[in-house]
Parts: sequence; structure tokens; C-alpha cells
Amino acid sequence: MFPEPWAAEAFAMTVHLHERGLFSWSEWAEALSGEVHKPGRAEDGSDYFDCWVAALSGLLVGKGVADSETILSLQQSWQRAAEATPHGRPIELANDPLR
Amino acid sequence: MSADHHEHEHDHDHHHGHDHQHDNRYSDMQARVKALESVLTEKGLIDPKAIDVIVETYETKIGPRNGARVVAKAWSDPDFAEWLRTDATAAIASLGYTGRQGEHMRAVFNTPDTHNLVVCTLCSCYPWAVLGLPPVWYKAPAYRSRAVIDPRGVLAEFGLTLPEDKKIRVWDSTAELRYLVIPERPEGTEDLGEEALADLVSRDAMIGTAIAGPRP
Repeated sequence: MFPEPWAAEAFAMTVHLHERGLFSWSEWAEALSGEVHKPGRAEDGSDYFDCWVAALSGLLVGKGVADSETILSLQQSWQRAAEATPHGRPIELANDPLR
Repeated sequence: MSADHHEHEHDHDHHHGHDHQHDNRYSDMQARVKALESVLTEKGLIDPKAIDVIVETYETKIGPRNGARVVAKAWSDPDFAEWLRTDATAAIASLGYTGRQGEHMRAVFNTPDTHNLVVCTLCSCYPWAVLGLPPVWYKAPAYRSRAVIDPRGVLAEFGLTLPEDKKIRVWDSTAELRYLVIPERPEGTEDLGEEALADLVSRDAMIGTAIAGPRP
């Protein structure tokens, strides 16, 4: 059902945050719909979870939970951490050499 | 360098990028999700253990079998069918299947005159509690737009050709209201119990892109 594990995590985080009352499901549907209808999205729906992640990021920014710069810098930090982690070891944010 | 890597260096046909195959690398999406997780965990908004439980539940415990049991019960028990018709949310919850999003359910019954088809033109609202996660085609723009404009053509592509005089009703899901199609009970199934009946009900039959019957 989930193309990749990150899609499952994004899905579960959204369900969890909704249960905790961070946003209503209508708010979520509106955010997701906004992403899904952006021009240039795949005709076959293969980028559906990309839309999902974009919608979740947008909603969190809109709710003041995080700003886009923080999210982007953490994202890059995770990428550096992944590359700096030897194969077979758990990837941790602390492994980012620039942190 | 590992011994494994060394061997590959003698293989001249090998693609150049191979050297990096064993490196750890996060795609933008993977890293973005990790970033969101970090922010949310730090703020105490999510509990990573709860996330794992949700993933596991959706991957293993919730799926179209839930909906198939609802349909089989509706076929076998006229009182339940009536309840489903008047208050699907409560009737379905009585079997233990409740939506996590607080959405309402409506059951739409196929009849000899009318076939029902469910879509979400807005995004991909779907009755998760009874059908699990939606199939890829349900989320694709092609289905979302064409199911409304040309339902008969869409059904034909699914291999379902309905008689010309059969009406097709298309139900557009919303965040608050999700639909479950109750297909017609196949002929010759009078002696079957609920579990055997549930075997005849596919996910697609409950979305309306198929009818109930033995799997091909």
C-alpha cells in the first residue's frame, strides 16, 4: 500500500497529529487537495505521497509549528547525516558533520 | 574499501555509479519526512512509538476484508442492511470498524436498476476504516476527473460493462462523508455463510469498479 517507508511515516504522523487535535480533517483535506491540484503533478498519481508530505509541511508552517527554513535546514542536515553514517549503522541526526 | 567493492573494480562493464550504491543516502522526501519527525518529536507533538503502531495497524490489520464483512452481513441479515441504509456510521461501528478521522459513512446499495461508483474529485478521501488504504488508481487524476464525466467509459476500462439501461450514480467523497458500495449479492449464494460471502466481495466491488463474485 505504501510505496516506501517514508510514505507510511508521513501518513501515520498526519493521522496522529489529527487525533491530537492539531488540525481538523477538513483542514487536512484542503491542504492535500491544494497540493494534488498544483500544475505539473503526475497524471498517474505516482507522486501522491510527495503531495502528502508537501501538504503536511505546509500545514505545520501554517499552524506555526515550524517555519520552512527550519524544516529545510533539518532536511539537509538529515541528508548529510545519512551520507556520513557508515553502512549498517543507524542513521542519526547527530551524525551530520555540520551539526 | 570492502573486498566486495574491490572485486567489482575488475568488472569493467559495471556502471560507474555502482561505487555509491552502498552509501547511505536520503532522498529529498525521505529527509523531509525525517525533518518533520524531528521537529514534531522535539516539540512533543508526536510520540514515535504511536507512529509505529499506526503504520503497523494500517499495514496489517485494516484492509478491504473489514468492508467485505460489512457487505456479507448486510446480505445475510436484513435488519443489519436496514440499519446500514439509515445509519451506516453506527452500523459499521457496531462491527468494530470506526474511522479515525471522525468521518461519517454512507452505504450505497447497488440494485438491478442502479450501479454506484465512488470517487473523490477533491483529493482522495476514502473509507479507510473499512477498505484500508486506497489503491494508486483511486488517487490518480485520471480516475478522479473521468469517473464523474464518463463513468461508463471508466468502468469499461476496469472490465465492467453494464447494460445500457442500468443507471450509474457517482458519489463524490468528502473529508466528512465517505461512501461504501454494497454490491448486489451474486446469484446462487443462498447457502453461503458470512465468511464465505465475504470472500466474494473485492475492494473494487466496494468502490464500484467491479461487481461481487468469485475472483477471476
